[in-house]
Amino acid sequence: MAEVILEKWQQAVSTVNIGATRADGGSRSHVVKVGGESTLPFLFSEGSLPNRPVIAFELCDIVPADWPQELASAYGAGFGDPLSWAQKCVKEYQAKILCLRLQGAHPDFGNKSAEEEAGLISALLKKVDVPLIILGCGDDAKDNLVLPAVCQAAKGERCLIGEAVQDNYKTLVASVLADGHNIIAQSPIDINIAKQLNILISDMGLALEKIVINPTIGALGYGLEYAYSIMERSRLAALAGDKTMACPFIAYVGQEAWRAKEARAEAGQGIIWEMLTATALIQAGADILVMRHPLAVEKANNYIEELMRTNGV
Amino acid sequence: MFIIGELINGMYQDIAKAIKEKHKAIIQKCALEQVKAGASALDVNCGPAAREPINDIQWLVQAIQEVTDKPLALDSSKPQVIESGLKVIKNKAIINSTTADPEKLQALVPLAKKYNARLIGLTISAKGIPQNKDQRLELAAAIVAHCAEEGFPIDDLYLDPIVLPVNVAQAQMKDILESIREFKIISEPSPKAIVGLSNVSQGASARSLVNRTFLVMALAYGLDGAILDPLDKDLMDAAITAELILNKHIYCDSYLEAYRKK
Repeated sequence: MAEVILEKWQQAVSTVNIGATRADGGSRSHVVKVGGESTLPFLFSEGSLPNRPVIAFELCDIVPADWPQELASAYGAGFGDPLSWAQKCVKEYQAKILCLRLQGAHPDFGNKSAEEEAGLISALLKKVDVPLIILGCGDDAKDNLVLPAVCQAAKGERCLIGEAVQDNYKTLVASVLADGHNIIAQSPIDINIAKQLNILISDMGLALEKIVINPTIGALGYGLEYAYSIMERSRLAALAGDKTMACPFIAYVGQEAWRAKEARAEAGQGIIWEMLTATALIQAGADILVMRHPLAVEKANNYIEELMRTNGV
Repeated sequence: MFIIGELINGMYQDIAKAIKEKHKAIIQKCALEQVKAGASALDVNCGPAAREPINDIQWLVQAIQEVTDKPLALDSSKPQVIESGLKVIKNKAIINSTTADPEKLQALVPLAKKYNARLIGLTISAKGIPQNKDQRLELAAAIVAHCAEEGFPIDDLYLDPIVLPVNVAQAQMKDILESIREFKIISEPSPKAIVGLSNVSQGASARSLVNRTFLVMALAYGLDGAILDPLDKDLMDAAITAELILNKHIYCDSYLEAYRKK
């Protein structure tokens, strides 16, 4: 039999802890650990994957304008009401982590104030006890008002907050630092910007171990292979010793998959599109997958279980 | 690139004085400055005038180990001095160096194996310094063959083609560079290539410029490591940039800073 040549890697991806339990000064029931891989995805013979990829249920603080009816009906009456929506994800679908998008703060989608959003976060933290990922509305000026208030409302809960971009990161980094959270650094399918942004953030004093990279992905048929190659190259650099690239990845699978026209063409197809996009990104090394349809989440979770089971066998 | 900082050497007056007076702080400061500047390892040499190198090297190793866990290259032409250093070393060790002479190889390869140390092999022998590429490769092959026979891992072997000063051996520069590339095809897995860089500019007036130009060229020929002055910032910047161009690191606007964060 031919000799199997194993790669010897220099460094592991950093482990980011999301959520703080009472012992850590927060009120979450558990901590979600992501990252920590010392090998390429699922190559258990060359290293370890101490933390399995996790799936975060995506929810919104308003009825999200661009979600199709198929998603709305999956959540029933709670759709658009973040508190009952969140509770449904946790109770009915056993969500281990939630991703709340504050779309309602956007000037075009309701223009909710920083105080309103901070109040929502406080209420949500009381309603559910899973760790949280909190995203701004995408309008830089508004996010710079809302996210600091949100960070403060969740002080000590060690959330994952996003997103820092190359032209707008300072306000968010300062808030995340002050209130003990982790940050998402977004780069537009550009490895050079991903690296630069991580350096800029760490220069402000936030440890590289507190950063999760959003490499920006495309759905199946919409640039998935570009995302795949960017993630692969980043991960190879990380494993070869580049500390500035050794951060876990977050991928907005639901957002991209449900934008595809194929996902909306007929009932059931969107679920398949979301699930297949997720499986490819799991293979690319995604650590957090933000997803929308409960059935797609369930299938992707089964897929992860299957891959993790090969560990050591 | 594997950078061995060259500054802890009794050839320098301040270091010689510190060794003589057992002034630890001077040695430790020199160690930390080099690490901060990007050295991956530190050379440790008692200097040509040391009266008690067997004791001095132990004192140096112990002083340096108190402040850094970087690998240390025990630098002496006398195997008993190297062995003395190995006895007290806790950090990873590099033996600097053996020649292609059988008696040196017979003394140092077993030591390298015993202490799990990397080994630098100079392509030089009792017959003298090689005068061309073929002589360098012949000596390199002899070192590789000896290591392979003794079961020393070739991955841990660094071959040094012996860099000569450009102002005395200008005609040999190209042969030296080509030797670096050809060292790699002697065996599989291949040995690594290293140079003692500063020698190239010995006696020249524009030393720093000659050093960094040679280093960049050698990197393009596949050089893996160098023993050099890491406090020469222009030299380090040139090396980092050369590796960037060779696609060893991912580009970003702050790539020099990124490299130093490693």
